[in-house]
Amino acid sequence: MELVCPAGNLPSLKAAVENGADAVYIGFRDDTNARHFAGLNFNDKRAHDALAYARSRGVKVFVAINTFPQPDNFGRWREAVDRAAGLNVDALILADMGVMDYARERWPELNLHLSVQASATNPDALAFYHRHFGIRRAVLPRVLSVKQVAQVAANSPVDVEVFGFGSLCVMVEGRCLLSSYATGQSPNTFGACSPGAHVKYRENLDGSMDTRLNGVLIDHYEAGENAGYPTLCKGRFRVGGNIYYAIEEPTSLNTLDVLPELRAAGVKALKVEGRQRSPAYVTEVTRVLRAAIDALNADPEGFRPQGEWMAALQKVSEGAQTTLGAYHRSWQ
Amino acid sequence: MKISVGPVLYYWPEDQLRAFYDEIAASAADIVYLGETVCSKRRSLNLSQWIELGRKLQDAGKEVVLSTLTLIEAASEQSAMRRICDDSPFLVEASEQGAIDYLAQAGKHFASGPSVNIYNPRSLQLLAKLGLKRWVFPLELSRKTLAAMQQERPDGVETEVFAWGRMPLAYAARCFTARAHDLPKDDCQLRCLDYSQGQVLRTREDEAFLCLNGIQTQSAKTCNLIGEVADMRELGVDVLRISPQPRHTGRIIQAFRAAIDDEPVPALEPMAAVGTCDGYWRGEAGMQ
Repeated sequence: MELVCPAGNLPSLKAAVENGADAVYIGFRDDTNARHFAGLNFNDKRAHDALAYARSRGVKVFVAINTFPQPDNFGRWREAVDRAAGLNVDALILADMGVMDYARERWPELNLHLSVQASATNPDALAFYHRHFGIRRAVLPRVLSVKQVAQVAANSPVDVEVFGFGSLCVMVEGRCLLSSYATGQSPNTFGACSPGAHVKYRENLDGSMDTRLNGVLIDHYEAGENAGYPTLCKGRFRVGGNIYYAIEEPTSLNTLDVLPELRAAGVKALKVEGRQRSPAYVTEVTRVLRAAIDALNADPEGFRPQGEWMAALQKVSEGAQTTLGAYHRSWQ
Repeated sequence: MKISVGPVLYYWPEDQLRAFYDEIAASAADIVYLGETVCSKRRSLNLSQWIELGRKLQDAGKEVVLSTLTLIEAASEQSAMRRICDDSPFLVEASEQGAIDYLAQAGKHFASGPSVNIYNPRSLQLLAKLGLKRWVFPLELSRKTLAAMQQERPDGVETEVFAWGRMPLAYAARCFTARAHDLPKDDCQLRCLDYSQGQVLRTREDEAFLCLNGIQTQSAKTCNLIGEVADMRELGVDVLRISPQPRHTGRIIQAFRAAIDDEPVPALEPMAAVGTCDGYWRGEAGMQ
């Protein structure tokens, strides 16, 4: 299994390369990618430097252009495709049918991957993207059980990549409008979920804390509780008479426990989420997953996640918790 | 402009579904979308019963469309989707690219639902070449985008706008209704049957924010574009979609018919469960 790691900037890219990534994925500095955060991502020169650095060490570079352009801004996505093609990157990670159609026509030799944002969860959907755009790999949404991943991979016309670690979307990526319902901006249209410009933290007189997204109370923390970022699906809400994490807890996906099953399922690549995270995060996660994949390849039967790996991943997880997510039926 | 009744997004028992469609048969709606788009465990009607119901609606003068499941995960769900595409005597509304591919390969015309991301003319043109006859404009996009899309719309493709109803905003592997009852999804005891228009999720300040409907999350507020009917006509919109709710759907259809005919329109706010919104249309937050 290929290890695909996130890089929001050059230091993170170097951290990924140095710690054993087989490929890194990056985005340009605008809303053409799904981590459109202030101060993040690569301009032309940085992208050049990144590519030169990774190439000299035998590591591939993918560029994510995985948001959905509208009629008045389609040109920006076209330019992003042209720029990535000019850089001669190893693959483009695309989500929009129109952008894929353009890439296929203008740069037929380009290697296209289907982004998780394209929401393809079954073999017929993968066949659509393969037939019309010649994609060679697809990243599956984080909603399938291990058994379903195996069934999709077995019937897919293209290689399958899945998420191995990182923040967890509980919803099918690319089909979640919760963020724009609350703020007007979504991953599809703006390249970010629950964007920072709409976030407010307010400490109350009793030491408690409210976190809001465009005025909507996402969570309330008692004094002494650690307040998290108000990602809107990860707050505590009231349903019926109960207040609880009605949609999802603040937690990260960690697949070390099912790595042998994913490998046996024919998964070709393991992706790490987190272009918005620090170089220290990229270092730790890449190091651990590299060690895990190497151990798995050396002895598939005897593979057991090591305590040190789990502890290291726990430390860099959201809310210091991890889950197997949808890979395990009990979570669903 | 025509009026459509979207697929029922909730889990209603068979009697309720049949009574609802009796009312729709007698209503001013032109097009009726049938079938299950949310959860494969909801089986008040099987495929042949949906088809039989569709024929009755056809006899009542309605155009009938069969919709497919939006989130297809299991092989059994993909088979069920294919069966709908194979057996439907009506146009099929594809809710995701798997159904689009299957229908296009069979050389059949199709419609696309609100969860198919057609955000730009190039995407629309591509699907038109594959047999798209009607598309639902994505929920989160604005009037401005619609106007630009209409300018470059291919011939022979109708545009439908989601004009009334709680908006389907997200789909998950997890069932939030089962979770609200502390039940595993595999043993959900079909609790969605208890919520004929979903279960409201409130903030801790008691603001009605979202609506849980099994694996689907909806807006708590009802999208209401009745004030934009004249504008939509100007933009060349062909169909206005009313999303079914347990009460008042017939009256809402009547009100939209009146709006299309430039007749006085009754206030619809009282027919929304917890208020209305139209923010997406104006390029703002959807809940506005």
